[in-house]
Amino acid sequence: MKAVSVEEAVAMIPDGASVMVGGFMGVGTPERLLDEVVRQKKGNLTVICNDAATPGKGVGKLFDATLVSRLTATHIGLNPKAQQQMLANRIAVDLIPQGTFAERIRAGGCGLGGVLTPTGVGTLVAEGKRQIEVDGKPYLLETALRAQFALVHAFLADYLGNLAYALTSRNFNPVMAMAADTVIVTAEHIVPVGVIAPDHVMTPAPLVDYIITNSNG
Amino acid sequence: MDAQEIIARRVAQELRAGNLVNLGIGIPTLVANYVSPDLKVFFQSENGLIGTGPIPEQGMEHPLLTDAGGRPISALPGACTFDSAMSFGLIRAGHVDVTVLGGLQVDAHGLLANWMIPGKMVPGMGGAMDLVSGAKRVIVAMQHAAKGKSKIVKKCSLPLTSARPIDLVVTDLAVIGFPDGKGTLLETAPGVSVGEVMAVTEAELVVPDKVPEMKL
Repeated sequence: MKAVSVEEAVAMIPDGASVMVGGFMGVGTPERLLDEVVRQKKGNLTVICNDAATPGKGVGKLFDATLVSRLTATHIGLNPKAQQQMLANRIAVDLIPQGTFAERIRAGGCGLGGVLTPTGVGTLVAEGKRQIEVDGKPYLLETALRAQFALVHAFLADYLGNLAYALTSRNFNPVMAMAADTVIVTAEHIVPVGVIAPDHVMTPAPLVDYIITNSNG
Repeated sequence: MDAQEIIARRVAQELRAGNLVNLGIGIPTLVANYVSPDLKVFFQSENGLIGTGPIPEQGMEHPLLTDAGGRPISALPGACTFDSAMSFGLIRAGHVDVTVLGGLQVDAHGLLANWMIPGKMVPGMGGAMDLVSGAKRVIVAMQHAAKGKSKIVKKCSLPLTSARPIDLVVTDLAVIGFPDGKGTLLETAPGVSVGEVMAVTEAELVVPDKVPEMKL
């Protein structure tokens, strides 16, 4: 793990990158990283995030600045700007069930090719997918999902990169921290090693590549 | 009693002590208001919490403690938090005993459409497909009709949420179940006759000789 400024971290993300962003309706989203993505105008992004949040909040800021060209999400109904951009064909949107979204990312982070889920069988979601029967029950084969970058928000990070999350801000952050080539983290508090007890670490330090320093960020 | 309260009160009667329950957005959220705290029902919020409590007083909100719509909530003593993979593991595998969801259409066989209106409303399915596919019992809480059009239909014209039929629909006019896959009128709302329900129901329902009124 390396401690870097938010400017340095975002400078590593090229235009057109695939980026997972933690958070659920903007809760548990690394806002400082997204503000800097907007400031550096990183465009043509493939964003993988549970939802489109709302304008001005979380990944909603990326739609405000029209930096997204593809979105994989489960729900965008509360962001009219994302909806308009989708209906105008300015962004390609792949809407998938939330449990499937979590499991595809988990598979991507756990070395699995995909998962078999009953969710979506017999619906529009099944179109173009392989259906596999196990013990007489039909499942869809949902393939693993990975990204070049994961932007993660933790409650606590220690100097090694161990992370702990708070309340409902955990959501997709731990699975995304497993599923990207480069993991960049903002934390509400950066604490000395040992403050997060071993049993309370939710993302182990070796998964984290960069932590944004709180002093100059 | 307004339509929403009739629905929420009646659905609340379906919950049992110790149940793990997931409530959808809209009318389903109101159900929690009519469940006695003594019943010890566990409410899940699919963004990662079991043990959701009432909406906090103004100024007492915590920015990292919200429901699946992003609104501030509270956590009861004994609550626990988890990530989204676990949250949906709980849902898909049937650890969630009951889910209560809104609906756009329910058909005569109990199939539900509640996530999109092609060309008009494409918000995404969020957690709805997992909940209907996986929860042990699926209850739909919705108005019987919208703009004079029955939402209890012969066959869903909107895209289905799941190939699995739901277990119960509670509307402002009736309770409908699906024994043997056949929509059956189980109860009527107070002061509403069987004839009045059937007059605003597109689907053909099985109507037993005696249909009791909801006891609210």
